[in-house]
Amino acid sequence: MFRNQYDTDVTVWSPEGRLLQVEYAMESVKQGSACVGLRSDQYAVLGALKRSVSELSSHQKKLLEIDDHVGVGIAGLTADARSLAKYMRNECLNHKYIYGAPLPPHLLMGDLADKHQRTTQTYVRRPFGVGLLVASIDPRSSKPHLYQTCPSGNLYEYYASAIGARSQSARTYLEKHVDSFPTASRDNLIVHALQALVGSVSGDDDLTKENASIAVVSADEKLTLIEGDELQSYLDQLELKGNDDNEDDDEDEREDDVEAMEES
Amino acid sequence: MFSSLAPPGRGHTTRPIVTGTSVLGLKYAGGVMLAADTLASYGGMAKYKDCRRLVSIDDTVLIGAGGEFSDFQAIQQLLEANALESRCMSGLYHDEDNSSNNAKETWNYLRAVMYNRRNKMDPLWNDLVVAGLDERSKPFLGWVDKIGTTFSDNMVATGFGSYLAIPLLREKYRPNLDEGEARALLEDCMRILFYRDCRASNRIQIAKVEEESGEVLISDPYELETSWDAASFVSPVGDLDGDGGW
Repeated sequence: MFRNQYDTDVTVWSPEGRLLQVEYAMESVKQGSACVGLRSDQYAVLGALKRSVSELSSHQKKLLEIDDHVGVGIAGLTADARSLAKYMRNECLNHKYIYGAPLPPHLLMGDLADKHQRTTQTYVRRPFGVGLLVASIDPRSSKPHLYQTCPSGNLYEYYASAIGARSQSARTYLEKHVDSFPTASRDNLIVHALQALVGSVSGDDDLTKENASIAVVSADEKLTLIEGDELQSYLDQLELKGNDDNEDDDEDEREDDVEAMEES
Repeated sequence: MFSSLAPPGRGHTTRPIVTGTSVLGLKYAGGVMLAADTLASYGGMAKYKDCRRLVSIDDTVLIGAGGEFSDFQAIQQLLEANALESRCMSGLYHDEDNSSNNAKETWNYLRAVMYNRRNKMDPLWNDLVVAGLDERSKPFLGWVDKIGTTFSDNMVATGFGSYLAIPLLREKYRPNLDEGEARALLEDCMRILFYRDCRASNRIQIAKVEEESGEVLISDPYELETSWDAASFVSPVGDLDGDGGW
């Protein structure tokens, strides 16, 4: 209702008690291409749909390695994501130097959330325009964790999640199959991630080994990126659905957006 | 003694004033065990005779220190503040309560602290022993000195202990000593240190971390029996009546 008058500065509240700049930053996340994350009792998996600017250009890297036990998938402003990844890598390395042990992910995420929040309470800065899905293993308990950060500074932990454009269909798929995840095998989890991404591909395009990307980590397996030819065996196991399923999801997505704007 | 990079108006360590002497550590079949006396000396004066040089942090890690006692107190306060913050912030973004650092992490952390101070030419004047369990819940025994040198082994000692006790520990050490044997060995070393280290006392504490339960136990102080019947104590030959030797 009052969007235009109170949306210039991040430090200005709207009369409805909203920080519009923060919400606009979250909009930027929704423009990025889809990224999914899910976990079992042992593995955490990230999947991403890589976009390319033109036929001739490379596909933008969406999954970044932070440490042997932490990986992130990004959606939104890539430059902001790289800056955050650099910070996370530095924190992990510093901790390893001081304590001789890998950084417990919940400590990293706490600091990361605070870093995001700081930008929403300073006049001279802007919120980060990127959402992160962080797949990690807690070195103390050997358990996997999936976290999601948001430009607002809110931190969420998930069993499975998806962010970015057309991610509602991925979320719907993940919700449908979430009960099978805890005991799923490594390969099944990867196939689930790719299957979830299928619905987020635009129009007539397919999910291929060029534009798909997977990262997997567990207590026994250091963070590993699976790209290109290695993906083919997993892609072959997918059911490539038609586009008719997507209509309902797009409507859900629009409804969700309106809801999000009205939420506190 | 040291020139300092400390900010103006701030002092820096020049020499230790109130000091503790040796700390001994030994791994045994059920965990790790430390021993230290309860004396804090003021130069040549045995000033504080009930000073606790073995402490536990967060009920998971044992620290023992020789050297300047006030610096050890500062280290204790630092570790306790970190542990408190960890405990308060745990559960914020995760369910499991595994907030505390294990002994190996604490050892590494102290290395970073001591080395950092050494680089400012303002050391914490301590030799530290860190005992407990490592990341795989196996017994851990580590050593850190005032300039940030570290090592980890089945037996460690600080101060005079490294000269007098280590050879004895090496002689008698076997993997999987039982608790009674480990304690007897440490007591024997502490007794010999009392005989030969001028800054030692015979009132000691023993502390252990059990591997199975992770439990940290520090005994109350007790006095060691000593015997001064040896000929060299009864009739010392150091006078010119004897041969001038000691």
